[in-house]
Amino acid sequence: MSAHFQYILRLADNALILGQRLSEWSGHAPVLEEELAMANIALDLIGQSRLLFAHAGKLEAQGRDEDQLAFLRVEPQYRNLVLVELPNADFGRTVLRNYLYSAFQLQLWQALRPSQDAELAAIAEKSLKETRYHVQHSADWVLRLGDGTEASHARTQAALDYLWPYTAEFFSTDPVDDEVAAAGLGIPWSTLEPAWEATVRPLLEQATLDVPSRTAFRSRGKFGVHSEYMGHLLTEMQYLQRAYPGARW
Amino acid sequence: MLTEAQAWQVLQQVPDPEIPSVSVCELGIVREVRATPDSVTVVVTPTYSGCPATEMIATSIRDALVHAGAPVVSLEVRLAPAWTTDWIAPEAAEKLRALGIVPPHATSRGAVRVLRFSPPALPCPRCGSNQTERLSQFGSTACKALYRCTSCQEPFEYFKPI
Repeated sequence: MSAHFQYILRLADNALILGQRLSEWSGHAPVLEEELAMANIALDLIGQSRLLFAHAGKLEAQGRDEDQLAFLRVEPQYRNLVLVELPNADFGRTVLRNYLYSAFQLQLWQALRPSQDAELAAIAEKSLKETRYHVQHSADWVLRLGDGTEASHARTQAALDYLWPYTAEFFSTDPVDDEVAAAGLGIPWSTLEPAWEATVRPLLEQATLDVPSRTAFRSRGKFGVHSEYMGHLLTEMQYLQRAYPGARW
Repeated sequence: MLTEAQAWQVLQQVPDPEIPSVSVCELGIVREVRATPDSVTVVVTPTYSGCPATEMIATSIRDALVHAGAPVVSLEVRLAPAWTTDWIAPEAAEKLRALGIVPPHATSRGAVRVLRFSPPALPCPRCGSNQTERLSQFGSTACKALYRCTSCQEPFEYFKPI
């Protein structure tokens, strides 16, 4: 696997897996408006992942198309962050994760616009526009729930305590980052840490939430080491392609 | 065979599946048309990455051109420059308003606007009142937000600038 391919795959898998998670809200969201919002955000993410998978498949040149990459790999071959595969739990944790993740994506897409990989640059430009709306939507809810009632505050604080350690993974580095950066194709995600913190900390504080301290914990999803939840997610997501290989509709 | 000008004329009649009174050309989805004696190539750009209408639009374009006499139709997808609501034709803005959809304002490119629960005051497309409120950032489709007029009580949609 080339570094370039892996770099694109990480972006694609993040979008696909969070899109899959958010789609679980269909039929279950607390109000109709938020049901539509979750479905629309999921749709944007899955759309972004399709563009990225199609691009990754061409780079790999092994004849795998977007469906094969999305549905026919085994767990250690997925390179998404553990953060995006965690269960939705309640609505508060879902929107908080959306915020932590989309604020990071906003920085990432902005930084990828000048990429030497013209296809990646085009996808970044397009995704950036969509991500702005995701950030706005989730930030509104984090403020509303964090600085809301006693119950909503407690749940949102618990969600932050749970999710925060997983955000350290955004900034872990490996040779893939270095190689891609040296070729001018992408940037090491670690360089985005100051800008991301400078965005999310003020909002979390405004939402009256206490940001936990960093610990030594580092999840390793983007290196292929996933949580116990990933297998269950894949079982449902891949069911049709596993039961009826090559099915089309 | 079909000339470029004839192909454009055909495409002016191809409706957007979600907003049928507006054509795919008026929405700025068709970027380029190239015609040779043997084929017509249409360059299209997706609106949102995950727009579920994208494939239906491709099929409608192909069907319309074949029906009009194009021997072979091929479609090319172009991502850059990314689609923007600025490409929606002025005539389409009026058609949107007539459908109860507020057309998008000009976008401020590159700027991240922070609008915490304070969306822009939009005039109601039915009664013109400015007493409106946003119900949801995301409406019946990814490209629209859901609003309500507190004067006439009617809900309406807003085509979000992107």
